[in-house]
Amino acid sequence: MPPNFDGIDRAAINGKLPRPERTVQVLIIGAGPAGTAAAISEAKSGAEVLLVDENPVSASLMGLDTPLYFGGRMTTAVQRQERMLEQIFASNPALEEALDLGVEVALATYAWGAFVNGPGLAAMPQPVVGLANEERAWLVGFDKLILATGARDIPLAFPGWDQPGVMGAGGFAALVERYDAFAGRRIVVLGSGELGLKTVSLARAKGLEVVAIVEALPQAQAMVGSDLADIPLLTGQVIHSAYSGLNGVERISVGPVGGPTRELSCDTVVMSIGMAPAVELLNAAGGVLVLDSQRGGHVPLLTSQGATTLPNVFVIGDSAGLGTPQDSQSYQMAWMRALLGVGDEQVIVCQCEEVTRADLLGVQPPNYLQRPEKLAGRDVHTLLADGPINQDQIKRLTRACMGACQARRCREQVALTLACATQSAPIPLAGFRAPVRPLPLKVLADWDEAAAMTAGWDVWFGIPSQWVPYVDIGTEREAAQMVTFSEDPA
Amino acid sequence: MTGKGASVVIVGGGVTGLSSAWWLARAGCDVLVLDKGIVGWEASGRNGGGASHYHSPLYAEEQRLWPLMDDLLGYPTEYRRERVIVAMSPAQLASYHKMAANFNALGYAADHIDSRQALDLAPLVSPQNLGGIHVKFGGHANPQRTVQAYAWAIQDLGGKIIQNCAVTGFQTQGGKVTAVDTAQGTFGCDAVVVAAGPQSSMLLEKLGISLPLAAARAEMIVTEPAPLMAIGGVDGNGLYGRQTLRGNLAYGGGPHEWLDVSATGPAARPTTPLMRNLAKRVAELLPSAAHLRVIRSWAGIVENTPDGRPVIERFNSPSNLTAATMSGVGFGLSPASGHAIADLVLEGQCSFTDLSKLALGRFADLPSDWREQRGWVAISSAGS
Ligand SMILES: Cc1cc2nc3c(=O)[nH]c(=O)nc-3n(C[C@H](O)[C@H](O)[C@H](O)COP(=O)(O)OP(=O)(O)OC[C@H]3O[C@@H](n4cnc5c(N)ncnc54)[C@H](O)[C@@H]3O)c2cc1C
Repeated sequence: MPPNFDGIDRAAINGKLPRPERTVQVLIIGAGPAGTAAAISEAKSGAEVLLVDENPVSASLMGLDTPLYFGGRMTTAVQRQERMLEQIFASNPALEEALDLGVEVALATYAWGAFVNGPGLAAMPQPVVGLANEERAWLVGFDKLILATGARDIPLAFPGWDQPGVMGAGGFAALVERYDAFAGRRIVVLGSGELGLKTVSLARAKGLEVVAIVEALPQAQAMVGSDLADIPLLTGQVIHSAYSGLNGVERISVGPVGGPTRELSCDTVVMSIGMAPAVELLNAAGGVLVLDSQRGGHVPLLTSQGATTLPNVFVIGDSAGLGTPQDSQSYQMAWMRALLGVGDEQVIVCQCEEVTRADLLGVQPPNYLQRPEKLAGRDVHTLLADGPINQDQIKRLTRACMGACQARRCREQVALTLACATQSAPIPLAGFRAPVRPLPLKVLADWDEAAAMTAGWDVWFGIPSQWVPYVDIGTEREAAQMVTFSEDPA
Repeated sequence: MTGKGASVVIVGGGVTGLSSAWWLARAGCDVLVLDKGIVGWEASGRNGGGASHYHSPLYAEEQRLWPLMDDLLGYPTEYRRERVIVAMSPAQLASYHKMAANFNALGYAADHIDSRQALDLAPLVSPQNLGGIHVKFGGHANPQRTVQAYAWAIQDLGGKIIQNCAVTGFQTQGGKVTAVDTAQGTFGCDAVVVAAGPQSSMLLEKLGISLPLAAARAEMIVTEPAPLMAIGGVDGNGLYGRQTLRGNLAYGGGPHEWLDVSATGPAARPTTPLMRNLAKRVAELLPSAAHLRVIRSWAGIVENTPDGRPVIERFNSPSNLTAATMSGVGFGLSPASGHAIADLVLEGQCSFTDLSKLALGRFADLPSDWREQRGWVAISSAGS
């Protein structure tokens, strides 16, 4: 009765994952200042370099606030790719130099995953990065990978933050500088640290009106130069609400927490409270991160040479850590605490999944599920009694951070909100997983699947004896039931 | 019972251990669940949520229980009945028809459906589909909600759960396990259940029992929400999966990677470019959803016995030890596996079905190189 084993499991992954379409000596992800400079220096030392950048990203991804928090404040110019491409070269002259040195530059190209063998994975034929454009995805191998993916926005919720016109400092800088496609005119800046002041000077350079700088803490967090003396600096105050009309934000109310508010007329609120190093690719590939408040939060564990814990993978620029003079975590926490003092429990924290503060802290399921009586007795505090707060566990229960924006709008603020509520900072980072850009099924799909993959595909493990009905085990019917659900490739 | 333990200590807070603890607590038993991490963090919170494993002796009980689980537990599991399995190739259609014959032979209704009927039941499927089967029973639930529902229900009944508390060994006396050891101290017990997934063999080895297991990683992907289909349990085209009540399409299938297991559990659960092959099959099966964005992938580790069938057994020595591995498909069966295990702990035998063919004794003559024979071995780093 025992089947004849030949030492080969045809349904296992061995030999099935494809080699990349091509392999380059140096692959650089991110053509900002750090990535472009690295490309130039690698090219000068004679290396073959492929420099990849997702900009200009598609208008539909921008609408999902990916990769930055654009808050719907882009002009229709972002829909014209030609113009956007020109704009990217115009805003980064070093790209021309890179091209002249023979660097291959792939713009409008997303890096959605990096895959290297390591703990729990030995099936990769070689280390690769997954790339994609709007039409298709492909894999590129590398001898050396340099991640220069910059930083992400950290939005914080307040009443009305989900309206068009509320955006992040990174999204603002990208629309103003890189794209020249910012649709606002009158902005209010939240945060008076280096990031806030950078937002202010960018806005001024563009001739935009800065209505006010709002700072939750009692003092300005960076030296406000005399050139900004005409801008009201509202310290010890927060935004209480953003009020919107047809085109998004029209005015906001500001004031001390629990105190009187006044209204300011503006079309855009630029949250400049913090940014986070963009470590998604590294983390999804298994690279180790550490929490370093002086470097902007969760940052790659790096040697002095910039090497990560993954072989031949390096991180540079903002994605390696932000040189914030501030203790970024306490500053963000102070803002979060203040904002939790305005608005009620119904403020939405996760826009994609419409999770409110009350649902998050009550660990309640989404509205399409019944909420039986017993659930009222459960909340983040009863979970805390079971063990340290884990954001991924709370995500499973509440769906906060489970949406199509891949938690770009809520990852950090959910952690901060949980930390405030349970007095258990810092909450460990909720992990990133590929694809780190939300790509359509038909784009991500491997339409040119390797024959070995097709031939060895089984819906489950392909163990013939597994599905034999219990009654047939040990009977003469057993042999006939020894089948897998494998497809016949023919 | 000694120290700070409980009448029954359950090692492993996956669905198998949690359901066992819940059934024991329902019977008035004082239970303590110990998990090395968070409840349901391993396979139990990472699976396809399928509940249609008709081949199992636990299946009838599983089918009886699932529709009642939300009420019994007091927390939502998102259980939904029925499945539609759609073929995109003649070979698939033949194999699904064979499955239907098996279902019907066991008294579970499964109809053949044509292409048009498949579209009516699951409007996202390809108009090029070749038909398939409509399974009138079975179903699917949300694994992550289900594990938490079990855990909370156990606590509501007075049971205790300690997370981040790995069991490192056992104390025995007079042919019985008297306590389990952990880094947080020793917990006394009158009986013990080992349901520690891939780690079960290492734990049982400490008690002189050899449970042959090989573990592998399996991967899944999930998309942003699609319009809800009449039946969420739609698979086929080499995939298993479900549409969540939110509308997301969560699918898995295809090759697994055999791994070496460590006593402390997996250091990582990476996913691979296999997600592209999954995406291709989902886009073929459900072309009206092909524009939807894939927002995550994940992987879980499942253990398999040499024949891919569970082991569920109350042992003679130690006489108060019960152990279970569900060998790859234990989520859907969990309402029933816990019931069976609780019966074994309390009565020494299962009250509702025969489990004799799942006893460990069937592997008595297993050669020591059984993994190599089957090719169920980790890829050596030298070869990669
Ligand atoms: C991708 C994927 C898809 C799947 N799809 C389905 C499906 O559709 N339907 C289905 O029925 N099944 C499915 N399965 C299988 C199913 O998930 C498992 O069979 C089931 O979850 C097993 O549950 P368990 O409690 O026995 O084991 P596990 O979930 O592995 O739980 C074991 C627990 O023991 C703990 N533990 C381990 N060692 C120790 C120790 N020393 N001390 C304390 N605790 C310890 C672990 O932390 C873990 O929580 C799938 C699995 C995967 C990975």
